[in-house]
Amino acid sequence: MASAPSKHYTDDISLLVVTLDTNPFFWSTFSFHFSDFLSQVLAFLNSILLLGQLNQVVVIATGCNSCSYIYDSSSDRNHASTNGTMPALYSNLLHNLDEFAAKDHQFTTDHKPPTVPSSLLSGALSMALCYIQRAFRAGPMHPQPRILCLHGSTDGPEQYVAIMNAIFSAQHSSVPVDSCYIGSNNSAFLQQASYITGGIYYRPPQLEGLFQYLSTVFATDLHSREYLRLPKSLGVDFRASCFCHKQTIDMGYVCSVCLSIFCEHHDKCSTCSSVFGQAQSDVASADSRKRKAS
Amino acid sequence: MSATQQAVKRAKYKTTVKDPGTPGVIKLTLEKLIFKPNDPTSKNKLEVDFRLIKSHKHTKEGSNKPPWLNLVHSQGSYIFEFESFPDLHICRELVGIALSKHVETTKVVSDEQLSSSEMTLRIKLLQENSKLQKLHKELVASGKLTESEFWATKKKLLDQDESRKLKQRIGFKNSLIFDTKPTSDGRINQVKFQLTPEIKYQIFALKPAVHQAFLNFVPSKMSEVDFWNKYFKAEYIHSTKNTIAAAAEAAEDEDLAVFLKDDEILENEARKKVRRVDPTLDMEADQGDDYTHLPDHGIFRDGSKETSEAQNTLYRRTLLQDLNRQSEVVLEGKTLDIDMEHPRTVAEVLARRKQESDGVIEEERRNRISKMAQIEDLQAQDDHPFAPLSIKDPRDYFDSQQANAVKTLDDSLAGKKLRCNLSSEQVYGSLRESISNIKTNGLKHPLLSPEVAFKVLSGLTKNISSTKSNLGKSSQESVLDILPNTIKEKLLDHWVCSQELLRHFWSSYPVTTQSLVNKARRLNDAITQINSKLEEIKVSAQSDLRHQVSLVVHPMQQALHAALVHYDADDKKRTAKGPKPNGYV
Repeated sequence: MASAPSKHYTDDISLLVVTLDTNPFFWSTFSFHFSDFLSQVLAFLNSILLLGQLNQVVVIATGCNSCSYIYDSSSDRNHASTNGTMPALYSNLLHNLDEFAAKDHQFTTDHKPPTVPSSLLSGALSMALCYIQRAFRAGPMHPQPRILCLHGSTDGPEQYVAIMNAIFSAQHSSVPVDSCYIGSNNSAFLQQASYITGGIYYRPPQLEGLFQYLSTVFATDLHSREYLRLPKSLGVDFRASCFCHKQTIDMGYVCSVCLSIFCEHHDKCSTCSSVFGQAQSDVASADSRKRKAS
Repeated sequence: MSATQQAVKRAKYKTTVKDPGTPGVIKLTLEKLIFKPNDPTSKNKLEVDFRLIKSHKHTKEGSNKPPWLNLVHSQGSYIFEFESFPDLHICRELVGIALSKHVETTKVVSDEQLSSSEMTLRIKLLQENSKLQKLHKELVASGKLTESEFWATKKKLLDQDESRKLKQRIGFKNSLIFDTKPTSDGRINQVKFQLTPEIKYQIFALKPAVHQAFLNFVPSKMSEVDFWNKYFKAEYIHSTKNTIAAAAEAAEDEDLAVFLKDDEILENEARKKVRRVDPTLDMEADQGDDYTHLPDHGIFRDGSKETSEAQNTLYRRTLLQDLNRQSEVVLEGKTLDIDMEHPRTVAEVLARRKQESDGVIEEERRNRISKMAQIEDLQAQDDHPFAPLSIKDPRDYFDSQQANAVKTLDDSLAGKKLRCNLSSEQVYGSLRESISNIKTNGLKHPLLSPEVAFKVLSGLTKNISSTKSNLGKSSQESVLDILPNTIKEKLLDHWVCSQELLRHFWSSYPVTTQSLVNKARRLNDAITQINSKLEEIKVSAQSDLRHQVSLVVHPMQQALHAALVHYDADDKKRTAKGPKPNGYV
């Protein structure tokens, strides 16, 4: 996909909305420590704000049960830390993150160990897009928005429909979704998101240098990206999840009216209630063969 | 295993199974096998050419039998007992190789009756095109394809050649008018004209009135010689541009008059042409050979009507008219294949031809007009809703799909699922602890070491300058040019060969008859051969070229591999038991 076209006004001022994966189950099993990760991300966010006075940064925490805005650089409720050791960005963010973690813990439903629940990426993307829409409507002059997903947990196939809807609305509003995926295998959802919206999907091979990756690949604004050759994704996993069981499938049935995907034959589409036709002849010939044998 | 050209092993030679066997040494080359017994006086010496051996059998390693190799020939079999199974295997492989070289492969008895002209055509094509010859040698001589199959895909070449017979036709010389210039010597009051049959034919083509006159007068009214005399007299008079003299002569001799006045037939034709209002007609050009219009469209500019000139205008002939008529005839370019000797027949043939061609011309004209009748700017505008063409860089699509082609289903499904045995309290607790850690200690210091940063940066930039995105971007350089000539030639040969084989292979599916089964099998073997050859090239390339070579070889191997996989799958399906749909064999 061609990269997203940059808009005419304020061509290199960016509004960066970061969705930060705070899935505690993932972080407790991951080799890279959360505090190291967070310090690199905080430094990165600071450097974004340093790049331009009008740059804005918004951080959304993606938890297991809920998502919430934890930092907005343009809000006036930012205050410096009590003992003055840290700039406002850090102290506010950390404070809010802590509160968010506590709240998220309260929402925990019983999950079946040892599986790791996935983070609510769809929720975070939706919140990001809502914020961006508000920025669009703020006036004729606004920074160019983009979304950066710092994500590590595996995809939850039950979120497939919601994530695809979010991706398509991002595509429609020309908001590129960059993904910095730090998990072990590639994430199909994020690959698709970046491919469709014209963003960058990158999985850094060395996590100790995460700050270097972030500042080299993900820090550039949309206007300057035309002049840079950023890492290209080698392949995109376009597999979908079925609508009935939320499992990732390779081959399935598609409703010709609403394009919902099913893994097995149904009589009626659950999304648009259109009635499907007769089953194919495989079934028929299998029956006839059985009849012949018996 | 690298094919050793020969093997020397200890073995015992038995004529039958029960025979205890004579110990000795067996030496195998690709041409023959020699057995020398240890005992020089024994009579069991053997020297057999592999051509006489039909097949070979051997005992299996797992069974209790000793390692025996049985070579079957027309009168019986030679059995050799080896000391160990590895020995047996080595010899067996060699025998297999030797036999396969000599065995007549499923023979290419071409059952098509080729005419000798076909054969000469094929031989000529092979001689002219060295690449074709190489391909032919490679594929047909080694038995991978039959002759008929090979030429089946080369039909275009064969047809093209046939049409070469209808070569360029020699048209008229462009000096029609001037051919008939007379020679004259100033002294005698005579003018000589040279006439050859060809010139006669040209004159008939140029001047239909003369043609008509010839058909009418000769030999009824006058002899040929007289006819030509009169004709050239008329020509001479014309050349003097003396219209009054022409009129006078015409009045005297009515035969001469035929030659002197305007060509009626031409007039009629021209009239027809003008009436046609062919939108493709060039009115301007036609004015030159327009015999029907008076100069200035009949409007006399100085107001007087020059009726006295009327008669004489008949005898005026302009150079423009001559030139136009000549160019028309030359462009029509009808040649005669018949003998030019007898002018009468020439004339008749020409007359007949004209009638035929008239019909053809009419039809052509009708076709042309039906296609051109719509003048475009006079048509109504049709507003088809077109979607604008959006041309994307195809490299984007293909690059991004590359990994998909190789990925299997199991990749991320069965990927290690993260397992977490801790309870939610523990997990959330550790998260909050990390957060408070940063709060107290601040960010990690130093954030990242300079070595790591440098490594990351060089890793990122290395990807940018990889050959994958550089290749093919500039028109001058190509991967093949980087490679040394020998490898390049070999790769190109293999490419051509493999394309040909793949074309035949895929065209033989779906397999419905036994001959197709055989063909598919043959092609499968050939494809495996080429595949291994390509693998060899890849492996033997120098280290600095290896990456480029593998890049070039990779798509070829992919295609061959796909063919092999398909063959195996299809083979399994075919040999699987059970009723098959669609009447498969």
